[in-house]
Amino acid sequence: MYDIKETFRANSVPEALELLRAHPGAIPVCGGTDVMIHLKERKLRQAALVGIMDIASLQGIYLEQTGDLFIGSGTCFDSIYQNPLARACVPMLADACNQVGSPQIRSVATIGGNLCNGAVSADSVPSLLVLNAELELTSLEGKRVVKAVDFHTGPGKTVLETDRELLTGIRIPKASYEGHGGKYLKFGQRNAMEIATLGCAVNCALSPDGTIRDFAIAFGVAAPRPIRCAKAESLMLGRRPTGALLKELRRAVLLECAPRESWRASLELRTQLIQELAERASRCAIEHAGGSLDD
Amino acid sequence: MIKVIHCTVNGKVREIAVDERESLTDMLRLRLGLTSVKKGCEAGECGACTVLIDGVAKNSCILLAVWADGHEIITVEGIRGKNGLLHPVQQAFVDEAAIQCGFCTPGLVLTGVELVNSGKRYTGEQLREKISGHLCRCTGYENILNALEKVVGVGSQPTA
Repeated sequence: MYDIKETFRANSVPEALELLRAHPGAIPVCGGTDVMIHLKERKLRQAALVGIMDIASLQGIYLEQTGDLFIGSGTCFDSIYQNPLARACVPMLADACNQVGSPQIRSVATIGGNLCNGAVSADSVPSLLVLNAELELTSLEGKRVVKAVDFHTGPGKTVLETDRELLTGIRIPKASYEGHGGKYLKFGQRNAMEIATLGCAVNCALSPDGTIRDFAIAFGVAAPRPIRCAKAESLMLGRRPTGALLKELRRAVLLECAPRESWRASLELRTQLIQELAERASRCAIEHAGGSLDD
Repeated sequence: MIKVIHCTVNGKVREIAVDERESLTDMLRLRLGLTSVKKGCEAGECGACTVLIDGVAKNSCILLAVWADGHEIITVEGIRGKNGLLHPVQQAFVDEAAIQCGFCTPGLVLTGVELVNSGKRYTGEQLREKISGHLCRCTGYENILNALEKVVGVGSQPTA
């Protein structure tokens, strides 16, 4: 038996928000692949759970009139991976979604839960950061939009006001994916059922002359929260992609990361991975953007 | 608190009183006696508790029974044909000796049924990925993959 005080099931976003307001401390549950584990580990006790898995408006992927891609927060990883729009617009994100857990997990675990759980190792997050994703937080009073890069505040912590807000959707601006190439690389000890030791996502676009027009790089598990490396990014702009430039990038990203030692990996390994994944993900992303590397 | 839920289990419409703290695994095993659903890690990692919910393989250990309300659940007890014969996936497991201690078998068979129902054919590499949510601690994966290749592998005959 789980240590649960009471459970509710909401059929709409307003109903879920009413329940969250009426029951302070209640936790929204969609796939439950994080929340139920927290209960199991007794990190959560006497929980009040608000089931949001039946809210149809939280599920689905579509293009808005502006060309921005909208992903409902309750969309499960497998649905994103299988979705033709997601695969066409943001293949790096679709592939990242397919690297979470196992098939059974990906059929229930959602991208919104991956964000709200606040884990630094969340597989979908580095890609969302480099795609300049915007998160739609809904309360009974209205909506606010927070950039994905500003969402996490520390391990397991986010700006979401959990007693009155629900993450309802993720918007990926057209300007961030059109003409871009991207890649998410995950390092783990095995291929399935693995929490990332380190994750790195790169999204870039090239000018007609072959120089780098846009470049974004983000890491998971390289700092207390998922991060972008703004200084390293600016170093890449306007430059021709070469092996030498990627060597510069390897050094630059380290200055903005704050990796730690854990039972999963030593500091030395994480430092090595930050550099190696930065270079490898960049190579793939540049190729996906239609470029080639002059070595 | 006890709540009454309605769901279809192995083709039968059921009305079941469940504790809202209990997992779907416990409901299926203890209230309905469907002991093919195994309790392994109970944390969504090993796949021994896998059932089909609306046709999709999911871990029943991390799903509350109350949240199965309104859904269709299939366990291994519900997959044999009307003539009483084994499901083609089960028969392939028997033929390929894809069973050692048997603890992971019900879950793997249900993932196999999901693959059969997809109507698709899978390469060896894809099958490895598809069963990656099941741990076989006898490490009998080769025969399991051989069995699945037989029913849903590229070049296998359609069974569904």
